[in-house]
Amino acid sequence: MIQFERYTLSNGLRLLIHKDAATPMAVVNVLYDVGARDEDEKQTGFAHLFEHLMFGGSINIPDYDEPLQLAGGENNAYTTNDLTNYYCQLPAENLETAFWLESDRMLSLAFSEKSLDVQRKVVSEEFKEHYLNKPYGDVWHKMREMAYKQHPYKWMTIGKELKHIEDAQLQDVKNFFFKHYTPANAILVVAGNVETENVLKLAEKWFAPIPSGEKYERKVPQEPAQTEARRLEIKADVPLDAFVKTWHMASRLERGYYITDLITDILGGSASSRLYEQLVKGKKLFSSIECYHFGSVDNGLLTIEGKLVKGVKIEDAEAAVNEEVQKMTEQLVDEKELQKVINKTESTILFEDMSVMSRANSLAYYELLGDAELMNTELSKYQSITAEEVLAESKKIFDERNSNTLYYLSKN
Amino acid sequence: MSIVTEQLNRTIAPVIKDATEFELKLKPYEKYVLDNGVEVYAVNAGTQEVMSVELVFSAGNWYEQQNNIAAATNFLIKNGTKDKTAFQLNEHFDYYGSHLTRGCYNETANIVLHCINRHLATHLPVVAEMITDAVYPQHELDIYRQNMQQRLTVNLKKCDFVAGRLIDEYVFGKNHPYGVYSNKEDYDALQQQQLQAYYKQYYTEGKCIIFAAGLLPADFAQQLNSTIGQLPLNKKEIPAIVHPLAPAEQMKYRIINDEKGVQGAIRLAQPFPNRHHPDFQKVQVLNTLFGGFFGSRLMSNIREDKGYTYGIHSYILNHISTTAWMISTEAGRDVCEATITEVYNEMRDLRDELVDEEELQLVKNYLIGTILGDLDGPFHIIGRWKNLILNGLDENYFYNSVNIIKTISAKELQELANKYLQPEKFYELVVV
Repeated sequence: MIQFERYTLSNGLRLLIHKDAATPMAVVNVLYDVGARDEDEKQTGFAHLFEHLMFGGSINIPDYDEPLQLAGGENNAYTTNDLTNYYCQLPAENLETAFWLESDRMLSLAFSEKSLDVQRKVVSEEFKEHYLNKPYGDVWHKMREMAYKQHPYKWMTIGKELKHIEDAQLQDVKNFFFKHYTPANAILVVAGNVETENVLKLAEKWFAPIPSGEKYERKVPQEPAQTEARRLEIKADVPLDAFVKTWHMASRLERGYYITDLITDILGGSASSRLYEQLVKGKKLFSSIECYHFGSVDNGLLTIEGKLVKGVKIEDAEAAVNEEVQKMTEQLVDEKELQKVINKTESTILFEDMSVMSRANSLAYYELLGDAELMNTELSKYQSITAEEVLAESKKIFDERNSNTLYYLSKN
Repeated sequence: MSIVTEQLNRTIAPVIKDATEFELKLKPYEKYVLDNGVEVYAVNAGTQEVMSVELVFSAGNWYEQQNNIAAATNFLIKNGTKDKTAFQLNEHFDYYGSHLTRGCYNETANIVLHCINRHLATHLPVVAEMITDAVYPQHELDIYRQNMQQRLTVNLKKCDFVAGRLIDEYVFGKNHPYGVYSNKEDYDALQQQQLQAYYKQYYTEGKCIIFAAGLLPADFAQQLNSTIGQLPLNKKEIPAIVHPLAPAEQMKYRIINDEKGVQGAIRLAQPFPNRHHPDFQKVQVLNTLFGGFFGSRLMSNIREDKGYTYGIHSYILNHISTTAWMISTEAGRDVCEATITEVYNEMRDLRDELVDEEELQLVKNYLIGTILGDLDGPFHIIGRWKNLILNGLDENYFYNSVNIIKTISAKELQELANKYLQPEKFYELVVV
């Protein structure tokens, strides 16, 4: 059980406190309810570019990192399609430094041309490093565009194209900030070796005076049910053929999400999983194969992705994948195999919860989903899943009409 | 009576306690010796009912006669014993949500178990079985060979991967365990009997040390002793092997790996002595200032001012016998040369000018804060101990290191910069 207290400041900022006296450190985590799904299609990559700009100085403090490092702290941030999260850890005695820094950048950024200019370049290099200059780097650009026609999950967090980032203007940055980076759209978690009274006092002092801002109403078009199988074949300068296939799956709070999570573990994710055992070890069609999903808040994609053994025909590889998927829709998974993936989930949760930083992260995330208390009921949801439910959910997902297949072939 | 509220002044930083005032304590380990002489270092701490047991063997590539034998032997130790197939072994650990991983390094190779405490007793006999009864089936070796060769062909397309191999070769020589890398033919040459022989010498009858951490069961020592403690380990001395270094004569390299590449992988490196050298710990502070954290000179200039790269880092490689000081980044293809020039400019500034007190204090506080955060939790603590013990060091080294961070002066840092941060000492490589 992860204990926490919940408060709401007068400006609407939600505050969670999680105490752990075993650590000398404190963690301050600020989650903003904005991700790449909130972007304009003509201006993608913005939520992530913005994450970079949040380190370029705020209205009263020229530099975020220096004072934090001076206080013995470290920080980082990440952006997903759903959210943006900032976190720092520092010696508990210096907790107020984190309040000072985080509240000032919630109040307002400095909006400097120089910072925008540099971060445009930095993000362009990040784009190149991870998506252009790597074999198979554009797989997910292609796959998202094929699988999503309406929902903004059709582009990646880094953005649809380099140009969107290169063209970002300071006025766009300001608009984005005042729309999304407000107390009403944020969740603050303070964790570690802290006292409630002190945290409340600091929150009142540093965060409460920030104007509430307007609560952003998300109007994201949901993806209509897919009714026809989609396929795409591309040839690229890669050494091996790759096979990627996705199926639309349930959204984060549906029971189907938990069932699908177990399905991905049955199929992939370990050396005793079905796809690895049958297709890498048994039939030797793939040199590597994985099955996973992204944990998306809205309806996500169950994915099977593998690299083929040189000389194998991709049609044969696909047929073998389909055969394994077919089994999921026809036969009940046996109790031992189901128990195995539930046990894996239990262990993953326990190991994750070892670090106070990770606990603070999770609390903010579950609060975003609706209630931080969900963190404590996750495991029991998995434990209650039956083989019949796995079969029923498999039938629902693994319908060819619900699928997107990408052949990523080697030119050579 | 009126209450006067003070206007909040957000330009003034809250008062901080200098991290250098914190007292850092490395939680001591408990040590047991099993019946067969295997030493066990254990840190009993934590809040969750989980633990790790790491068996470290002197079985790294230092001891192999032919490329990749050590790595293949380590990898395939989980792919079948006399009684269990690879699938059965994997399923045994997976069923309980446990992780049995293995890794091969230069001097050492390991087997690591992470599990929920209550499953330890089930797993230990199977870990013991892997150390005595692994069989190295031919079909498992064939699949491994094929898949590793395929993975290699993909990796060779990546400029950072290619650069990482070449810079090691320049610094250490390609026949040295620190400089050697895998080629397709090395995998072709692997023979089942070679792996079986290496396994017998360096695992079954090899030298082993154990590092354990977590909320350990009360009978942990007995559990280990009745399983691992009964194996024929530590009977023979491991051979003392000397590998001569063969650093390259040529210092500068420019390589095109991909004509269409949009970035270049830059590596600069100079040979550097190991942890026992009196400069080593002091240089850690200089390195942090230079390129060891987000606020470093290299990051501030090359990422945050020029925007040439997503990230640039400098670090001392984690080797035991001798090592190297490395600078590493991927930068836009057209700004690679400009990036190298800026790296040298930063070296020059550190040689020519004393670091000011404010920046020095920041680096010190940052380093102490990092150590404080890093001593949090049993897995981190045992990680520190393992690093000390495998390098032949003890807690004095840790406390000395903390003391150096707290007391080192700007002048000492400048002297070290003049001694080491000289461009002509660095190998220089760009792979596009």
